[in-house]
Amino acid sequence: MCKKVLEVNSLTAAYGDKPVLWDINIDVPEGIIMGIIGPNGAGKSTFIKSLLGLIKPVAGRVKIYGKPYKSVRKKVAYVPQRESVDWDFPTTVLDVVTMGLYGSIGWIKRPGKKEKQLALNALGKLGMKEYCNRQISKLSGGQQQRTFLARALVQDADLYLMDEPFQGVDALTEKAIINLIKELKNKGKTIIAVHHNLETVVEYFDWVMMLNVKCIALGPCKEVFTEENLAETYSSPEIPCQNIIIENEKSIYKSTKSALLRGEKI
Amino acid sequence: MIGYLLSIFQDYTLRTVLLGSGILGITSGILGTFTLLRKQSLLGDAVSHSALPGIAIAFLLTKSSSPVVLLSGALIFGWVSSLCMMFIVKYSKIKYDGALGIVLSVFFGFGLVMLSVVQKLPNSRQAGLNKFLFGQAATLLKEDIITMGILSGIALIITFVFWKEFKLLVFNPEFGYTIGLPMKKIDILLTCLIVVAIVTGLQTVGVVLMSAMLIAPASAGRQWTDRLEIMAALAGFFGAVSGITGTLISSKTPNMPTGPVIVLISFALFAFSLLFAPKRGIISRLISAHKNNLTFKNNLKTTIRR
Repeated sequence: MCKKVLEVNSLTAAYGDKPVLWDINIDVPEGIIMGIIGPNGAGKSTFIKSLLGLIKPVAGRVKIYGKPYKSVRKKVAYVPQRESVDWDFPTTVLDVVTMGLYGSIGWIKRPGKKEKQLALNALGKLGMKEYCNRQISKLSGGQQQRTFLARALVQDADLYLMDEPFQGVDALTEKAIINLIKELKNKGKTIIAVHHNLETVVEYFDWVMMLNVKCIALGPCKEVFTEENLAETYSSPEIPCQNIIIENEKSIYKSTKSALLRGEKI
Repeated sequence: MIGYLLSIFQDYTLRTVLLGSGILGITSGILGTFTLLRKQSLLGDAVSHSALPGIAIAFLLTKSSSPVVLLSGALIFGWVSSLCMMFIVKYSKIKYDGALGIVLSVFFGFGLVMLSVVQKLPNSRQAGLNKFLFGQAATLLKEDIITMGILSGIALIITFVFWKEFKLLVFNPEFGYTIGLPMKKIDILLTCLIVVAIVTGLQTVGVVLMSAMLIAPASAGRQWTDRLEIMAALAGFFGAVSGITGTLISSKTPNMPTGPVIVLISFALFAFSLLFAPKRGIISRLISAHKNNLTFKNNLKTTIRR
């Protein structure tokens, strides 16, 4: 068994008195691409955020490369949800990507030529070089997402945590992102991404974590991406108020299931 | 006209006063850039109103009306009010706007009560605390300008030093945290600087209208550019222009409080920017919409002819 990147022990998180994550116990090995799937409100983003210490868990312990997050921060890059920032902020694509280096530049100093070059290289890998001086509100959704990925890329981390990198992007961007993720994996990096489209799970990911407040299943897609686990993940009698959303997700599940029944490779 | 301008530069008192309002304009314009982009424009309103009891209590305790004493009182109360808002949001179900309203009205009400207590004292006239309501630049002394200058200078230097951290705090604080920057401390530092910027303007603009000096120049600056650095520089410039012009007008007109005049001028600059700025301005957007419309119609015509 190869090295463990992530060890999570009895992690529980709550908003007020409502539990969002309940007793999560998982180990994730190095060098894989793992998808986190689950219905809306299942705690996918909360899970990522509590790994990073952005949300203080009620209980539990998280270890990354065998250490607490704070001492291995430099090895971890985070790609937040695109909607989490105001894109009308007065700045350029290149400037946003350079922000990935602010931690290593140090206090008082400004980003210089070296930082600019690193940022341009990262943009180049995502086919975004010609947009480097564009104001960020004048980008398409896909281009904004690629800007965020480039910012994570300049951090040159070993573990990448991405919150819905494929949300609302065009087909071209989706392809560029998945190629980049696979390239990172080939370099021995680990990628964990929150994902929504069940039809692409097997194609994109090696491992999958099926989350609905509790961790329903975790492991290689071939073993755990089964009908039973999907049914358990996307049905949740405990959270009745989310019925409407769950109905919606169920229809996605049904279309996947019928594809499975027809014997198609998903 | 030339004679008038010359008389300004020869008038020592006026020169002092203009310098003070210029300093105030630059500081509040630059720091206002950050509050505007953080969508915290009304924070300034609450902080400035809350500074009033600080000024009155500082005078009651020390019986001195030196700027250092009064502004220290303002600083403490302004700072405490922003802490109160933070605590209310954190430990109750009341949202930010509610907390802001509560803090603003309670502190300001308390300030007015304290002010009337001060006015009953025998030496209240010479304290002249009333000028802190709507501002009276004409009463600025050299001592006041020095205090304002030092406070603003420190605030601007710190802003410059922590520029990239402040930028990240406004744009994407969660990401800042993950790259190892102490975002909470940076947040506290920025709030402190905003309190300082407000306090330096109290004597000139007054507690009631001070928040406009954080909002209007920054909003005007935003219209002209898509770069944070240029926006802040423009906001500082617009702030200084409105401070200086407003002071000139009010000092030449008897019994005209300075604050309202400064605010009206900064609004005029904002309105001009809103209308005439290239790209983001209303007129330029109407013209480009019209052009697009024409192109579309022409394309449609040629397509139909085919």
